Amino acid sequence: MLGLDFSFYNWDLITSYVLKGLYFSIFLTVVATAGGIFFGTLLALMRLSGKKWLDMPAAFYVNGMRSAPLVMVILGFFLLVPFIIGRPIGAELSAIITFIAFEAAYFSEIMRAGIQSIPRGQVFAGQAMGMTYSQNMKLVILPQAFRNMLPVLMTQTIILFQDTSLVYAIGAYDLLKGFETAGKNFGRPEEAYLLAAVVYFVICYALSFMVKRLHTKIAIIR
Amino acid sequence: MANWDWQVFCKDTIDGEVVANCWGSGKDITYLHWMVEAWGWTVAVSLVGLVIALVVGSLVGVMRTLPNSPWLVRFGNAWVELFRNIPLLVQVFLWYFVLPKMIPVMKGFPPFVLVVCALGFFTSARIAEQVRSGIQALPRGQRYAAMAVGFTTFQSYRYVILPMAYRIIFPPLISESMNIFKNSAVAFAVSIPVLAQFYLQAGEETGAQVEMFVGVTALYIVSALAVNRIMTAIEKRLRIPGFVAPGGTGGH
Repeated sequence: MLGLDFSFYNWDLITSYVLKGLYFSIFLTVVATAGGIFFGTLLALMRLSGKKWLDMPAAFYVNGMRSAPLVMVILGFFLLVPFIIGRPIGAELSAIITFIAFEAAYFSEIMRAGIQSIPRGQVFAGQAMGMTYSQNMKLVILPQAFRNMLPVLMTQTIILFQDTSLVYAIGAYDLLKGFETAGKNFGRPEEAYLLAAVVYFVICYALSFMVKRLHTKIAIIR
Repeated sequence: MANWDWQVFCKDTIDGEVVANCWGSGKDITYLHWMVEAWGWTVAVSLVGLVIALVVGSLVGVMRTLPNSPWLVRFGNAWVELFRNIPLLVQVFLWYFVLPKMIPVMKGFPPFVLVVCALGFFTSARIAEQVRSGIQALPRGQRYAAMAVGFTTFQSYRYVILPMAYRIIFPPLISESMNIFKNSAVAFAVSIPVLAQFYLQAGEETGAQVEMFVGVTALYIVSALAVNRIMTAIEKRLRIPGFVAPGGTGGH
């Protein structure tokens, strides 16, 4: 078919090359999502605190991260850290730290929009009940905000999963790298890239289909 | 931390000597000169990609809203799902390695064209999605009004629907244009001499990782900001008093 030959592709190849990469891609996605949501919430709270000394550095960090290309952040962190601390850190660890730091900026913007989507009356109601700031956030605002922004958060996670392929730049062994290595070893790089595309497509399409279903299910009817 | 040495930008790329005018002449160029050239590549890849994305994205987006053409709608939806669910880097590899192997004519295409196609088609899916949502955000009465005055489908899109829809989706289009500048960095993976590629090579040659990183990142941020300013100015000019466009956020 069109000069392509997929006969090299079998279960043995999947277990010895692809799965390891797939695990790392998924691991990186999960860790970066969890870390990104945690630090993103902190950043969002800093930006919404109404205190200039908290808002300014958070805004600087978020806007800086959002205007730099992810590839540059990945490359920069990987190449600069050994330069600064004097010894190299592994590509995998470097990727994990970079992704958490980078995604925190994006998640914080989603959080901020989510928190701001809660009517002011909810905040006042919490205050009227005599709740402290943290009680109000934890018991009233954040649960509703999370529910509102869950679909956006999950879409961002799908984008994040796609973006993990960029760790290619520093040679970390992810799903794409797994296929690439297999393709090179079997002398069939083109077919391997095509299969990688199919696998990414199936995973991302299935996830975005689920997000769509979830969206209709959890929408708060007002 | 090592001392910063900004003179590195004035060094000759071949013998490493500091050049007096910081620019070099002829083929004998400095790192600053080289970086500006890499910036030119970044701008070229991004702008051509953006044009492709806008044209294709608009066509596909309109296609998805056409009345009584279920197959065109399905094709448009499939287009968006296809290009949205494959990572950009993988798409770049598909255009650069796989398609030329499958389609012999494409073997003669220069890498620039292939990468620009990858970037443009990838972004076209996002723009198509915005065009569709912009058109569907319009009150249905607009379409009916166009039909009532006897417009053909083409005329109603040309004179009624699209002028309003584009104004609604202008804010997300701005962030998409900024995204394409950032996404163009991926072209380094197939050795297009964009800024990211310059950073890798120059950083390794000079050992001045920090300085090169600061220079390149600054140029990326300046480019994204410039696009933002220009597009916002266009948006202001096109704005119709009385209509407020809703805001939107983009991915990356």
